Amino acid sequence: MKASWFIALLVAAGAAAHAEDKLVLDGSTTVGPIAKAFAETYMRQNPGVNITVSESGSGNGAKALLNGTCDIANLSRHLKDTEQKAMEEKGVKPVAHVVAFDALPVIVHPSNRVKGLTVDQVRDIYTGKVANWKEVGGGDQTIVVISRDTNSGTFETFKEMVLGKDAKIVESAEYAGSNGGVRQRVQMTKGAIGYAGLGFVDRSVKALEINGVAPSAESVIAKQYPISRELFMFTNGEPKAESLAAKFLGLSQTEKGKEIIEEIGYVPVPAK
Amino acid sequence: MILSSGERARRRIVQLAGRLFLFSVTSVAALAVMAIIFFIARDAVPFFTAKGVTEFFFSTAWYPSHQPPQFGAAAIFVGSLLVTFTAVALAVPPAVFAAFCLSDILPFSVRQVLKPVIEMLAAIPSVVYGFFALTVVAPFLQGAGAWLPGNFEIASGVNALTASVILGVMALPTIVSVSEDALQAAGRELREGSYALGATRAETLVKVVFPAAMSGIFSAVLLGVMRALGETMVVWMASGNAAQIPKPWYNLLQPVRTLTATIAGDMGEADQMTGSAHYHVLFAMGLCLLLFSFACNLAGEWIVARQRKRLRGG
Repeated sequence: MKASWFIALLVAAGAAAHAEDKLVLDGSTTVGPIAKAFAETYMRQNPGVNITVSESGSGNGAKALLNGTCDIANLSRHLKDTEQKAMEEKGVKPVAHVVAFDALPVIVHPSNRVKGLTVDQVRDIYTGKVANWKEVGGGDQTIVVISRDTNSGTFETFKEMVLGKDAKIVESAEYAGSNGGVRQRVQMTKGAIGYAGLGFVDRSVKALEINGVAPSAESVIAKQYPISRELFMFTNGEPKAESLAAKFLGLSQTEKGKEIIEEIGYVPVPAK
Repeated sequence: MILSSGERARRRIVQLAGRLFLFSVTSVAALAVMAIIFFIARDAVPFFTAKGVTEFFFSTAWYPSHQPPQFGAAAIFVGSLLVTFTAVALAVPPAVFAAFCLSDILPFSVRQVLKPVIEMLAAIPSVVYGFFALTVVAPFLQGAGAWLPGNFEIASGVNALTASVILGVMALPTIVSVSEDALQAAGRELREGSYALGATRAETLVKVVFPAAMSGIFSAVLLGVMRALGETMVVWMASGNAAQIPKPWYNLLQPVRTLTATIAGDMGEADQMTGSAHYHVLFAMGLCLLLFSFACNLAGEWIVARQRKRLRGG
């Protein structure tokens, strides 16, 4: 008898712990690094709390929220209409929290005369329609197209926001394995064009104006820079004040949270 | 000494156990090779059963992350072969010449210094070679375009030639070392016999020592081929990774993509990103690499054996 009481107590305690001290996140590999860094910081500040972060992609994150297998779904895009509808039918009320902005500056060699391009021109360059800088207002020089490798989230972002669904990158495009690698190739190659995270752009390369807007934290926050997007964390219903989810999401507005976001290469959301 | 039958049996058992131990240690290496082939083939077969072989071997459309994905690896095969054979073509003449110098021409004291220096090339990590290619060779090549007749434009310094040059340097110590061993193995008697017949030193080297060491030099070249074919980090950093067949195909100044670099670069999230075909196609590439090395090895063995037979018979 005594033993069974004890077990019941343990189970109850376990259930309580599950409700209070455990947070499960799933979704985008782009948002994943933020979630992981937040989780690490939060768990260090609050020992005993258990936060797990999975990175199965935005679509799977939405699915996990729908099925109740995660508390917070990380998405690098808005919910699709089909996802929104499925959630409504199941009684899940998705609430979007913008945790950061993601932007991709397009960079060229500092000696390049071209100051800016339109999104369409960038697409034409990457799909091979435009092959010489003189076609877009530069000198007579072959364009060397440099892309991130197709496995990177950066590539996915660029593909989504610039190329669109059906466009394919020109066969002669070179691929570099890291943001730093792209910058290095661009700063050494006169005819090169590349793209890298905002945090990787320094004075050794020239960031182009896109549709007349230069990439910067300000222009990204003002939603003027075209190759940028919001990064979301979705919860089921507005999280209760003082709940673990609310405190976790609140990290993005703290100094430490903003520091983390900038370190990863994203733009923190300014205080409202 | 007369041993009791019990003692004899004990010795026999110890001897047997010793043999068994040595045999099993040797088998580990052979088993490892077979296990590697088995596991790579196991993950490569699903690709071929799902997608067939035509697209993989004959199409140049390599868009593994596109929807729907395309897995045409012809350009990647061409890239691998182009880079490998250019590297070996660049490395063999100086390497064989260096081997001759080391074994027959240079004085002993110089040789004692030079050989370790050449062998040190093999000790440099490949990522360091890649870094060198990226920061020194590539910018140099871009600048060199302007000096060539006709103000030739080399748009990108990261291309098949850069990768080949570096791979050639990396294959150099292997080829030099093995060739030199082969020349040494030709033996003093052979050389002295030749001198005794009135041949000059040059005649001895070219007409006697070289043919005798031919099979060894050939194995050295094959080892160089395999070294260049299997190298990954340098080509990932220095070849540009563009999945295209250069136009024209021998244009070494255009970026190419190799099998090894594709496997290394795409392995990361291949499974998650586009389902399993992208994952299995990398194993298919690995299997092709493995079979090619295997074929090289067998061809080498065969040629060496034939050469040996001919020498003995002649």
